[in-house]
Amino acid sequence: MSSLRRFNFSTVMLVLGLMFLYLPMLVLVVYSFNASKLVTVWAGFSTQWYGELFRDEQILSAVWTSLRIAFFAASMAVCLGTVAAFVMTRYGRFRGKTALSSMVTAPLVMPEVITGLSLLLLFVQMAQITGWPADRGMATIWIAHTTFCSAYVAVVVAARLREVDHSIEEAAMDLGSPPVKTFFSITLPIITPALAAGWLLAFTLSLDDLVIASFVSGPGANTLPMVVFSSVRMGVSPKINALATLIILTVSLATLLAWFFMRRNETKRKSALQEA
Amino acid sequence: MKSSRSSALLKRLKLGRRVVIAFPLVWLTLFFLLPFALVLKISLSEAAIAIPPYGPLLEYADQTLHIFLNVGNYLFLLSDSLYIAAYWGSVKTAFIATVACLLIGYPMAYAMARAPARWQLLLLLLVMLPSWTSFLIRVYAWMGILSNSGLINNLLIGLGLIDSPLRMMNTQFAVTIGIVYAYLPFMVLPLYAHLTRMDNSLLEAAADLGSRKINTFIKVTLPLSMGGIVAGSMLVFIPAVGEFVIPELLGGPDTLMIGKVLWEEFFLNRDWPVASALAMVMLLLLLVPIVWFHRYQSKELES
Repeated sequence: MSSLRRFNFSTVMLVLGLMFLYLPMLVLVVYSFNASKLVTVWAGFSTQWYGELFRDEQILSAVWTSLRIAFFAASMAVCLGTVAAFVMTRYGRFRGKTALSSMVTAPLVMPEVITGLSLLLLFVQMAQITGWPADRGMATIWIAHTTFCSAYVAVVVAARLREVDHSIEEAAMDLGSPPVKTFFSITLPIITPALAAGWLLAFTLSLDDLVIASFVSGPGANTLPMVVFSSVRMGVSPKINALATLIILTVSLATLLAWFFMRRNETKRKSALQEA
Repeated sequence: MKSSRSSALLKRLKLGRRVVIAFPLVWLTLFFLLPFALVLKISLSEAAIAIPPYGPLLEYADQTLHIFLNVGNYLFLLSDSLYIAAYWGSVKTAFIATVACLLIGYPMAYAMARAPARWQLLLLLLVMLPSWTSFLIRVYAWMGILSNSGLINNLLIGLGLIDSPLRMMNTQFAVTIGIVYAYLPFMVLPLYAHLTRMDNSLLEAAADLGSRKINTFIKVTLPLSMGGIVAGSMLVFIPAVGEFVIPELLGGPDTLMIGKVLWEEFFLNRDWPVASALAMVMLLLLLVPIVWFHRYQSKELES
């Protein structure tokens, strides 16, 4: 009876909502194995588009560019975002706090065209005054991505910092541990899972960005979304379906792995609690 | 002796604190705040055939300092009905998509928060997973579904329900569905966070006192999840107003949106001052929602 009652309105909506989210991606995956060049007509199973994808020099070099930018942007964003989160949750009141917290939350919702345009104007002005950056490219994309990704990292890390028991850090400092040592030996190990989550989020955000990168990039630095976009604009192409399938596969595997570890930790914690 | 050492230590601590605060503050001021001042500056300059393509605001000649503040770009936006239509189209589309996201996302988040504890993490990951793949590719997926020779039309024709394909691609409908699809996870996440934190004893108390389910929902659950509704709606509405990719790929000539107009003004017409003025007006329109979101978010960050 109770299992029957569970099929209420919200459960039905959850199932329908998940179908809405996943069916279009499933369609992409299915048609990546289509033999026909016409994406919408089924003409038998084939893996030829994967072969073509791996022979496409332009896409491969764009993947490499995007991965490098995402790696360095995510790493810098974790440093910047963690310090911002630490300052906001642990430092009480200080001058510039309102400014800092506004600048941390605003990038979360700022339309990308505005961020992209404003950063481009900054780089142009900087080049006029200081001579750097003479050429826009990977370095300018790295700065732009670091800036907006650090806001996401700050939100994730601040959430974790608020959960953590503050008294351990205070105890360490009462016993004479300097703040820097306390941070690296007490705070950092506790918030490491949040840093990893923040890094991964920043990495995917950087890999995914088209609009901001298009504004601040110059000739020679084409990221993967820029190449995909110029191809997709012309219409549907099975090669892009193959690429989409590989992206979906990678993200799904990573998520599955994360789920497995989180569940294992949860079970461990529960059994430890029961033993205690 | 001892006191001078401790005061030196205190000084070092204070200096350290300042350095730590300065690192994010300086970076964000330089790369987030300062750029907006430049957008304002360029929006007041005159377009020029030069590199970069705009004129100076200050000029010193014949012992006179000339200050040029050109409001022509703003007047131009007002005089051309295209821009007003684009702003209106963006706000309207973003609003409809936000309401649709809320209507779909709220029951989803509600069901997730009520699901057995061991299911919740998996459901949350399932909702968020699409947003970690690729935005561009998820919008692209709808091109294959909605086009004239796309999946839905093929299916309907195959079933004999229609004779000629329905025109769904390059319409307002396609843009709205694209925004709902792309932004739905960002609506569900804050709603779920609020609903799952809710104290269940309040619902039990209401039930014990004889309140009907729908009444409890309206009087207890809905007000308690208001923070999540505001956060989720702003996370969808604000970026959707400036959306470029979705109207570019799924929209058509009759779906004017300001993000796309700005992009074209910048990349095709190379009119940087008008693009900057467009950005400033968009920012002005979004100021109230952004401040609203910020107030909610800083409460979350500092509580």
